Amino acid sequence: MMRALVITAPGINCDRELAEAFEGVGARTDSVLLETLRREPSRIDQYQLIGLPGGFSYGDDIAAGRIMAALMRREVYPALREAIARGVPMICPCNGFQIAVQAGLLPGPHQGEGWPVQPADSTIALAQNEKARFFDGWTRIEVPSNTRCVWTAGLDCSGDDALLPSAHGEGRFVTSQAVLDRLDANGQIALRYSSDDNFNGSMGAVAGICDSTGLIFGLMPHPERSLHWMQHPWWTRVDPRVRSAREPLGRRMFQAALNHVRGACVGN
Amino acid sequence: MFRSPRVAEGSGAVCVDSLNMAVHRVEVRVLEGLPDPRGRALTRQLNSTGTAGSITTAAVYLIEGELDDAELSRAAKNLLADSVSQCAVIWNPSTARSTPGVVLEVHPLSGVTDPAAESVQEAIAVLIGKRVSVRTGVRLDFAGVDLSTAKRFVERFVANTVIQAVHEGPFCPTSFPHGHSYALQILEVPLRDLDSASLERLSREAHLFLSLDEMKAIQDEYRRLGREPREIELETLAQTWSEHCVHKTLKAQIAYSEPSGAGQGPSLLTNTKGRVGHSMRGNELHIDNLLKSTIAAATNSLIGRIDPPRSAGWTRENPPIDWCLSVFVDNAGVIAFDDDNAVCFKVETHNRPSAIEPYGGAATGIGGCIRDVMGTGMAAKPIASTDVFCVAPSDMPEHAVPRGCLHPKRVLSQIVAGVRDYGNRMGIPTVNGGVSFDERHVGNPLVYCGVVGVLPRHLVHGDPRAGDSIVALGGRTGRDGIHGATFSSAEVEHGHASEFSHAVQIGNAITEKRMLDAILEARDQPSGPLYNAITDCGAGGFSSAVGEMGKTLGATVHLDRAPLKYAGLSPTEVWISEAQERMVLSVSTSSLSALRTICESHGCEMSNLGTFGSDNGSIRLLWHGTEVGALDIAFLHDGVPDPSRKAVWDPVYNAQFAQAGSHQEAGPGILGTLRTLLAHPNVASKGWIIRQYDHEVQGGTMIKPLHGPQAGPGDAAVVRPVPSSTRGLAIGNGLATGLAADPYIMTLAAIDECVRNLVCVGTDPSRIAILDNFCWASCDDPRNLGGLVRAAEACFDGAIAYRTPFISGKDSLKNQFRTESGELIQIPPTLLISGFGIVHDIEHACTMDAKEAGSKLILVGMTQAGMGGSIRATLVGGSALDEQLPVCDLVHGPANAQAVASLIARGLVRSAHDCSEGGVLVAAAEMAFSGGLGACIDLSLIPHESGASVEACAFGESPSRYLLEVRESDLAEVRDALKSVAHAVIGTLTAEPAFECQGSVVSIVTLQRAWDSQSEAWS
Repeated sequence: MMRALVITAPGINCDRELAEAFEGVGARTDSVLLETLRREPSRIDQYQLIGLPGGFSYGDDIAAGRIMAALMRREVYPALREAIARGVPMICPCNGFQIAVQAGLLPGPHQGEGWPVQPADSTIALAQNEKARFFDGWTRIEVPSNTRCVWTAGLDCSGDDALLPSAHGEGRFVTSQAVLDRLDANGQIALRYSSDDNFNGSMGAVAGICDSTGLIFGLMPHPERSLHWMQHPWWTRVDPRVRSAREPLGRRMFQAALNHVRGACVGN
Repeated sequence: MFRSPRVAEGSGAVCVDSLNMAVHRVEVRVLEGLPDPRGRALTRQLNSTGTAGSITTAAVYLIEGELDDAELSRAAKNLLADSVSQCAVIWNPSTARSTPGVVLEVHPLSGVTDPAAESVQEAIAVLIGKRVSVRTGVRLDFAGVDLSTAKRFVERFVANTVIQAVHEGPFCPTSFPHGHSYALQILEVPLRDLDSASLERLSREAHLFLSLDEMKAIQDEYRRLGREPREIELETLAQTWSEHCVHKTLKAQIAYSEPSGAGQGPSLLTNTKGRVGHSMRGNELHIDNLLKSTIAAATNSLIGRIDPPRSAGWTRENPPIDWCLSVFVDNAGVIAFDDDNAVCFKVETHNRPSAIEPYGGAATGIGGCIRDVMGTGMAAKPIASTDVFCVAPSDMPEHAVPRGCLHPKRVLSQIVAGVRDYGNRMGIPTVNGGVSFDERHVGNPLVYCGVVGVLPRHLVHGDPRAGDSIVALGGRTGRDGIHGATFSSAEVEHGHASEFSHAVQIGNAITEKRMLDAILEARDQPSGPLYNAITDCGAGGFSSAVGEMGKTLGATVHLDRAPLKYAGLSPTEVWISEAQERMVLSVSTSSLSALRTICESHGCEMSNLGTFGSDNGSIRLLWHGTEVGALDIAFLHDGVPDPSRKAVWDPVYNAQFAQAGSHQEAGPGILGTLRTLLAHPNVASKGWIIRQYDHEVQGGTMIKPLHGPQAGPGDAAVVRPVPSSTRGLAIGNGLATGLAADPYIMTLAAIDECVRNLVCVGTDPSRIAILDNFCWASCDDPRNLGGLVRAAEACFDGAIAYRTPFISGKDSLKNQFRTESGELIQIPPTLLISGFGIVHDIEHACTMDAKEAGSKLILVGMTQAGMGGSIRATLVGGSALDEQLPVCDLVHGPANAQAVASLIARGLVRSAHDCSEGGVLVAAAEMAFSGGLGACIDLSLIPHESGASVEACAFGESPSRYLLEVRESDLAEVRDALKSVAHAVIGTLTAEPAFECQGSVVSIVTLQRAWDSQSEAWS
């Protein structure tokens, strides 16, 4: 059976939803505290899927994800790097994304280059929202056609109910034009806000990116809150036939990652 | 605690000495060329006050400790700033550039909780391996603004001098103040020989706030014991006997009188005949223990503990309710959810602290209510919050705000920010709420915080066992809640802190979150919980938590073992401190080490304070082995004399609490008035608040606060307490302060509204439990108490009629403010009814957004002539209105709820909306624009009693009315099902986005814009 790891820490508060998402697609899931993994990083080796959940790790009082990223850079980074080399998809929603860009996990090395021994310095920030305020709402998203992200490539975002929920105060994607261009050219933009729905003022309307393998997926929205139709903000007006015919957007991302792992196993 | 003894005193602004032992200062700001959203928001605010100029901001970190240059630079670069969008500057006074503009800094006073500082300290300890002390602040650089203008702005909009200091220029002290060591002193308070006047003076001067009768009871007890009380004992009695803890007014013996034949509501003298605890003595109605004889009596009747009144006798259809699992005894009321799970609900107020420091007051309000739920049974997991605020209008002119009050706009935005920052960090979705505006809240804003939790049914009760350890978890103990949040000011002078500043605290949500995670893990061990009982430290701190848990067993408490925030606390201070984020558990010796392991893994501090159980059932307090206090439990808990109080119902006096009129004019015609009402602050969109709350964390918010593609105002939320089940729990509120001229009428309307809100989303009305939360002006005035009695009696009548048991409640009875000129501003009587109920299958839940053009709109319920208490009645202009208050009918109200609920359960209702503030047309417009449709309404079809005007039909706020969308093809079936209740088809939904009524038309977008108009002011 497929096994999934959810890395949690004080202040992480979306760990249960993330575990539910993995379990919903058939992966047996363990939530493990970062402290435990720092003592025993080799525990990571037994998992085929990894999630870094949302929340306010260690309070997020300095800036979102800052302390958790600093802690992960030391003991846990090498084990995660090895997991990617094994082909393990890793999803990092919201706080997870904020952590991943500061822990040297995203955007990762250039295409064809190996992971550095020491985590790289950040090249991306998820800064305070343009309106300097926390925002919770469902917005329209798009998947760039060239993305190499195993979680989103080929995801059907058509239909006026194709929305994802976001809830954050620090999600404005900031980087240099050069990095943005490289990500774009290399298919590493995994998700964008639709042009009318770029509520946090992100550069290039970027909502999520992946590393050059397409395995590590960091995004500000919460696909783990889009597993059931009843989580959709206006599910009561969506025809029950439509609801039974199509899975919600978030669940389809987890299904895609699981299929990727299965495919990789079959391929081997 | 780290100390830096080598820092020279009075060495000026030297920040880096050769030993690196001083205070380092790091500034973090946004890189040039990138936006500074906080600075921009402040600039907008500055410009909105009519001042040109701009503001940029920087975060300031002051670090006291032995860091060398490399370590400091590592901390600054890797921890404090991100290299992509920010830069960190290590401040050096000798090389610091002098900046051309005005620089002001806001820093918390020492002793005030500073979560960011605690985070940095912890991170430096882990990453660099050094123990340091940290304090944080914010730097504001003003361009084009002079110093005095800048200062005024900061004091008005940014800083609160109760907890923060404003510094001119960059602030860098030479050292931080630290606590001093404490030498034990056991103080006795001689009172055995005092006369009445001296006892009263002692009560006042020692801030005991006890009545003369209570002081005399204490005097008698210590005469009996043959000794004088020690300070710690007296403080414990004062805490335990406080209004806050024992609800003296609501539990008082009351002699109630009312004039004959006056007022609109019923006479209680005849209405309450034969009821438990009620008797007539002459012309006075005597009620023993108001709470027990009204609110609790209703529940006890409904659950079969006492005989029900004849009107609500048990029948085969209405057997006693068997789903109440714990009422009025625990920190929250508990009801059954399904065969395996229970749900609990608690609502608290945090009014006084929120008036003085709205951000901290609201945050600690929600934090305290979360702990109540964590301390219910063997700990419930909090799954949803609800917040209702009553504040003065945000556009109140500056000169109308009395000295000593913050401007209401600042109050509201800071309350919202406090709830946001605490609730979001805790990962508890804030799913429901409301805001009610009234000028009389200028000095007394009301902040109601409610939290719902879920727990296994077999863990609904817990009891400490003799020999169990008294274990404290969570935050450290400081002087919080005793002599002010600032320990420095308390040390300077005992009585110096301003009268109310003791109430002000800042919370640290991460401490509570760690504690919650640890407790839930300890609860859910395969072999059962690692503890036998749990409760929160709220008012009274350890004294009330341990006193309550040790009520039958007694306890021995080693106060010196409590971890402290800073040195120097006396045993009394440790015992009564109200520091946030602490819980007390009763733990068997055999479970201590397993519990400690769990706590350590979550970074939650645990300490063992002593043991439950003592030979003589007393509570013994020790300090390093020396007895500093001993309390007899029986006297502590049962010694408070029952007060008796006079209550007078004076309708003429109470008329002042009728809804205040405004100067706002009703727009021209019916549709013009509709636009005015939609833009009224009480009706207008609260989206700007709701979207700041993470109302979806935990992934269980199935009916959210905003409905439909256009995000209309939902009546209630539905959450999914058990992820594997499709059964839902609806959460809603009712508040009818507009009817405060008679609290009896007001209370029934609030209960009815709460039920309506819940029914509209698909709740089974026979599975609703409710909570009362009274906020009143001082009940020392018998006329205010008269109103309170009427409200309590209406709670009984309403709960019986709707079969909605009260399961928990709270009161706050001193909400009045005296201005400098001596004017007394009393809040109107305010009773929040909060409710939650079962939605049997979420698939059948209902929302308020109109679904389909061609559907019919059916109004259920009768419209009365009286428009008293409606928002329409506060507007100027238009025709003269009938000012009578609409009265809830206790037969039709429950019948309407039942009828609507069964239609929704049968899937015959496409959308449903409660008709409340603004009336039928507001409800119809909200339904239409939320679903992006138009509507055509014929007011003449509205079922109304004789004498009801067109205005009453359009905008009256009669209770018990529902607006339902029904498919035309279902119409016959629906009308047949509704034949026993008043109802009519009053309109049709249209594809064309227009709202038509009485021959006039307005675009639906215009109506939606009016409803959204308040959001602008808050963006």
